[in-house]
Amino acid sequence: MTVVFFFLLLVYRLHGRYHEMAPNVVPMDYTKDPDVKLPMQLIINMPELKENPFKERIVESFSEDGEGSLSFNDFVDMFSVLSEMAPRELKAIYAFKIYDFNTDNFICKADLEKTLNKLTREELTAEEITLVCEKVIEEADMDGDGKLGFADFENMISKAPDFLSSLKVELFFHVSCLKRTFIKIPMASNFYMLMKHST
Amino acid sequence: MSGFGAAGELPAWGADGRSGRGEVFFPEEAHAAAPADFLQELPSYRSVLRRRAGPGGGHDPQGSLGARAGEAWGPQPEGAEPAARPLREYALSIAEKRRIRDYQQADIKYLSGWNQWKRTSSKSWRKVLKDIKESLSYLQLWRHDIHSIEGKFGTGIQSYFSFLRFLVLLNFLIFILMFGFVTFPTVISKYGIFNSSFAKISPKNTDSPCTVYTPSGNKGLVYFYTYLKDLLTGTGFLETTSLFYGYYAIDAALLHDVRYNFPLAYLLTTFAYLVLSLVWIIKRSASGFKRSLVHDEDQFQSYCNKVFAGWDFCITDLNAARLKHRSLQYELQTDLEEERIKRKIADRTMKEKLRIYSLRIFLNIIVLAVLLGCFYSIYKATAFSQEKSNNGSNTDFQTNLLVQYLPSMVITLANFVAPQIFSILIRFEDYSPAFEIKLTLLRCVFVRLANIGVLLFSLWSQIHCDNDNCKACGYNYELYPCWESAVGQEMYKLLIFDFMIILAVTLFMDFPRMLLVTHCSWKLVQWCGLQEFGISDNVLEIIYGQTICWIGTFFSPLLPAIATIKYFIIFYVKKISLIHTRKPPGRPIRASSSNFFFLVVLLIGLVLAFIPLGISIAHIPSSKACGPFRNFNTSWAVVPHTILEFPTGLQMVLNGIASEAFAVPFFMVVCLIMFYFIALAGAHKRVVEQLREQLVMESRDKLFLIRKITEAQKCT
Repeated sequence: MTVVFFFLLLVYRLHGRYHEMAPNVVPMDYTKDPDVKLPMQLIINMPELKENPFKERIVESFSEDGEGSLSFNDFVDMFSVLSEMAPRELKAIYAFKIYDFNTDNFICKADLEKTLNKLTREELTAEEITLVCEKVIEEADMDGDGKLGFADFENMISKAPDFLSSLKVELFFHVSCLKRTFIKIPMASNFYMLMKHST
Repeated sequence: MSGFGAAGELPAWGADGRSGRGEVFFPEEAHAAAPADFLQELPSYRSVLRRRAGPGGGHDPQGSLGARAGEAWGPQPEGAEPAARPLREYALSIAEKRRIRDYQQADIKYLSGWNQWKRTSSKSWRKVLKDIKESLSYLQLWRHDIHSIEGKFGTGIQSYFSFLRFLVLLNFLIFILMFGFVTFPTVISKYGIFNSSFAKISPKNTDSPCTVYTPSGNKGLVYFYTYLKDLLTGTGFLETTSLFYGYYAIDAALLHDVRYNFPLAYLLTTFAYLVLSLVWIIKRSASGFKRSLVHDEDQFQSYCNKVFAGWDFCITDLNAARLKHRSLQYELQTDLEEERIKRKIADRTMKEKLRIYSLRIFLNIIVLAVLLGCFYSIYKATAFSQEKSNNGSNTDFQTNLLVQYLPSMVITLANFVAPQIFSILIRFEDYSPAFEIKLTLLRCVFVRLANIGVLLFSLWSQIHCDNDNCKACGYNYELYPCWESAVGQEMYKLLIFDFMIILAVTLFMDFPRMLLVTHCSWKLVQWCGLQEFGISDNVLEIIYGQTICWIGTFFSPLLPAIATIKYFIIFYVKKISLIHTRKPPGRPIRASSSNFFFLVVLLIGLVLAFIPLGISIAHIPSSKACGPFRNFNTSWAVVPHTILEFPTGLQMVLNGIASEAFAVPFFMVVCLIMFYFIALAGAHKRVVEQLREQLVMESRDKLFLIRKITEAQKCT
């Protein structure tokens, strides 16, 4: 039972962070499964994501409508995949989505160029960018189509030693969250059940 | 996985990868000329579907496949596990997971009672194990500190602090071992606690001059600074405490009729802590070793690793983010530079090669000369220090202290000067940047560890002598009646001095520099800036300290406790110094490869520690005036002595194991097994390469066939 309460506490705290971004919009009561979504602009201003060059892509990958608005479900999803407990395969799937800028399910040369520019804040010369993109595709492209499909990406990521340790986000919980003691999540709600039976 | 190889040609399962309902992630069709539906019937594709979307067979717009997938899911064979992975590991939205969970629960009802119970119990058992692991991770020492360092400075520096934590725990365990089996029985039997008594060693020959040992101990009324001097050099009152070897003079402790063979315990505990360290280090380095064995050098996929796994998502600080951007840019530019240099090296003419090789030989001779200079100065300093401290005891406090600490000071100076010289020399040798770094590190490691070896060698040359003085006992009994304690004192001094130097450098060099840079706006000062946190230098420092601890624990059983406290304090000192006075390195070292490198160097230190210990235990006669091995020739002699007391059968077995008739075939078998595993690893590497090529070929074949079929279909 203590384990269940531990998860419940995490859910409360996550909801606290979600709520404080837009206190007038986010309800405290989830019994009626409200359909509330927060726009991307609010989420990418979170301190955990503010300095991340891929913050827009991260939020877009987890939003259901593809435009970056996150419901609370998506919010929890996002932080659970980015936590250190998530397995490698799951992180690989979402990392592929994040780096696929034009959402064509391939990481093509244009996506790589955008990734590089975001990583180095456009400090590399065009020639260097071209060289690096060519090297990346040469190293990871298995089927020879000049771009990285998901299989290529996953195979390459499985060999990357720093992938697991780099793709994680630590959530900060303010003291004000702890003061919150009660939000209405009835025992029969799917959320709680999901946490309890999530093996 | 060839089904995914030609991913672009396969139709989507679920219209859009991100639509409201089709959350299952499958690649879309790349172009409008969709290949025929028969592609969905490819066996490889179906098995991939079954594996990936196993529990999510609910909603398929193209019904035919949905039914098939549902089939694959539905009636499972009785013993099979429906979802080997927990639900939360699937990349589905929470709504989907809820639906899948309902399926699972409905499914359970169809099973028999036994399987139902088996499945639920295995689920809860796995959950319990996972929760225990999670809660144990919260108990880790300094978990929060290391996380915050990782967030601000990246994973390279975090690996240094994790390594430091590992050493604290290792030293603490070694201390518990030595205390539990060596110090504690001695203390309780000496003071008669728990109704114990001890049998003191009766020296065989009371007239022999070897057995005369009068440690100065507590002399009564002395000046205050004598205590301070004793504390810093391990002489005087400290020499007679349980800190040093000389205190342990009991033969056996008797506790409720149980005879505790003390010399044997002392020796076996020494072996035990060495074996414990070896096993723990190897276990920690196993994962890094496997990775490097299969994937060869770190140039493999370095670009992919930097681009896709380069950004630390933990970074939340603006300055850290800026630094990370800059370091990534620098890394990529360095890699491209290395490519250019490699091409340049390949284009070298014969004349240039000759010039460069002769220059390298010359510079290596200089390196050797520097090393020999260091060794010679350490040897001379040790000899001088030992002579002076044995001859004059009436010099004043400061000179005496200086003379005692002379070897430590020379070693520290050599450890500081030699790496600087090496890093200057290597610039002329014209290697690629990665190799430069490796070679410099190797040379620095060698210097540090060899210095300790030279110190011990010079100590032994003092203790051992060839003239008649030593014939009686095998060692210089006049100057060193208890030579193990003397060696223990040298190790103790080294450890204390190392600790003081680290504190002094932080206090007197880092903080003033930081104050200068913050408050002084001269261009020169600002250009110098803050010092970088050199990960390799710091790691070599603590490995040097750990090697001293390993060697010294045999001669001074409480040394691991001092080492634990020292590393504990160093953690906080380094953390404060890092946060306030250092800037992160411009060339970040990758966490994975650096962890493996630290452990390899630590292993080298441990192996090098075996050598002096082995020689002391097995070759040099133990001192007859103090310690538990008084009645034996060497410290090792207690083992054959104990074996002689075993029953005859066991004796014969042990003799057989130690004889050549057993050792040689055993060695040959071990070599054969080793060659087998090396060949296996090589074969695996080759197979991996072949399979990669095969994959590429297969997907090209498939593309070709699909194109042909589509053309043929268009024609008909």
